[in-house]
Amino acid sequence: MIYKANIRPAWVVLVLLMLSLLAFTMIKTSDTSSPVNEKMESEQEKPAITDFSKFKNAGENEKCFKCHGQSKYSFENPESEKTITKRMYSELVMNRDVFYLSNHREFKCTDCHSEDYETFPHAGNLRMEAIATCIDCHGGDEKYAKFEFEKIDTAFLASVHSEKHNEDFTCWMCHDAHTYKINARSNENLKQTITYDNLICLNCHGDLKNYQLLTDKAKPNILNKHDWLPNQASHFTNVRCIECHAKNEDTLVVAHHVVSKKDAVRKCESCHSKNSILYASLYKYQVSEKIEKEGIIKGLLMGESTSIGPDKSNTLNIISLVIFALTMLVIIIHAAFRIKK
Amino acid sequence: MNHQTERLYLYPVWIRIWHMTNALLCLILIITGLSIQFSNPSTVVKFNAAVTVHNLAGIILTISYALFFFGNLFTSNGLHYVIPVKGFIMHLKKQFYYYTVGLFKKENAPFPVDEESKFNPLQQLTYVVLMYGFVPFVIISGWGLLYPEMTVYSVFGISGLDLTDLLHIGTGFAISIIMCVHVYFCTIGKNPISNFKSMINGYHESH
Repeated sequence: MIYKANIRPAWVVLVLLMLSLLAFTMIKTSDTSSPVNEKMESEQEKPAITDFSKFKNAGENEKCFKCHGQSKYSFENPESEKTITKRMYSELVMNRDVFYLSNHREFKCTDCHSEDYETFPHAGNLRMEAIATCIDCHGGDEKYAKFEFEKIDTAFLASVHSEKHNEDFTCWMCHDAHTYKINARSNENLKQTITYDNLICLNCHGDLKNYQLLTDKAKPNILNKHDWLPNQASHFTNVRCIECHAKNEDTLVVAHHVVSKKDAVRKCESCHSKNSILYASLYKYQVSEKIEKEGIIKGLLMGESTSIGPDKSNTLNIISLVIFALTMLVIIIHAAFRIKK
Repeated sequence: MNHQTERLYLYPVWIRIWHMTNALLCLILIITGLSIQFSNPSTVVKFNAAVTVHNLAGIILTISYALFFFGNLFTSNGLHYVIPVKGFIMHLKKQFYYYTVGLFKKENAPFPVDEESKFNPLQQLTYVVLMYGFVPFVIISGWGLLYPEMTVYSVFGISGLDLTDLLHIGTGFAISIIMCVHVYFCTIGKNPISNFKSMINGYHESH
């Protein structure tokens, strides 16, 4: 039998490939989204809060924000009777928008700071004021029991940060109470959680000025130190530093026991396996939430955990196994009939 | 040799070398692919090794596929992959009937192998779907996973990388199934090993 040659499929594939390449280039050039871009865009697009009065202590707090809410402040000099404008130290500037989006937005400044700050110029001895850490307010309180602050504190005290720098390293190094906003428990946007958490580490490990606040050592170059890591950029945007650099504890949402370099995870299988440590950390909430809400297939597709390699879905595994078993069964039956004949 | 046996030189050296390379690469890719997919610290092939070998085999497969692709674009071998639209469904039915009924009744094959058509309609359809659909797709998606920053970040709200991963695995699985069936169908020849011998010496034996 002769099949007349019309169009070879290779030509069809070649044309389709060219068209796909064109489409891909068009999509790729218009696709400027990335976790970091998204984060930046969301920051930029975040509507500034115009009406602060709805917050419980906004009126009281405005007395402080009047000077500390921007990079300059003005006051009347009683001696010269002139209005003096001075620059506020960047460390002392508090952004109203960020504060009123934070978890501590209902607080009064003087709930944590001395009431003597209400007097201007502030007394010099106020600089000696002890700064509260998380456990000072949240420890031993039934209301916050579910957040396990005591365990967080224990894990932090065992961390390399606490071990090396003792009391110089406090919760504040990573969590500024003025801006802190809980985000790891919702998993609404995993990428943002990753960016948020990694920026905490990079604040010192990616910034020489902050890094040398606690050490005289030269700051290691993070990219060079991780040059052994395949697809470095992909790892940096899809997992958090703490995935490998902190010891995870089952009951804690976010690991606080940051370990030394020699104890960091280096084995691919630690994450890329059925028993991936990521399921107990980064995907802890996502895996159960997504699958529970959206079913296994959509949960899997919509999830962001599939690139880690291991078999993620038992349903898909079972379907594959059934297809394979049926194929083998048909082959065996066919072969058996051939042998019999 | 049986006097009824007809020997046809159907598989030139380049096809045989390509076919063997392809078979070996597919086996390596399936084994390492499964090791990556079901990796755990006790897997025989360690994850790092499996990834390295899988990547390397994938790159060689790309070169091997390019040879096949351009070989079939410009040589007469490509004509075997041209599906004639007219009567093709009927031919498929005939071939299907032969494999499921006729074969057991010792009927003659409806489309015997000759120099101008070495594939029967069912083979032709499978090979076209496989070699011009699944294989290029698995290669392209594989390169997408090798350079994840190249993939589209998001497709209708789904991570582009995850989608690429899922489709790569799905297509790889489909290819594995076709490969199992292919090996079994190769036992349907003059005798169960004659088709395997053909791919070594280049001669197709029929009677």
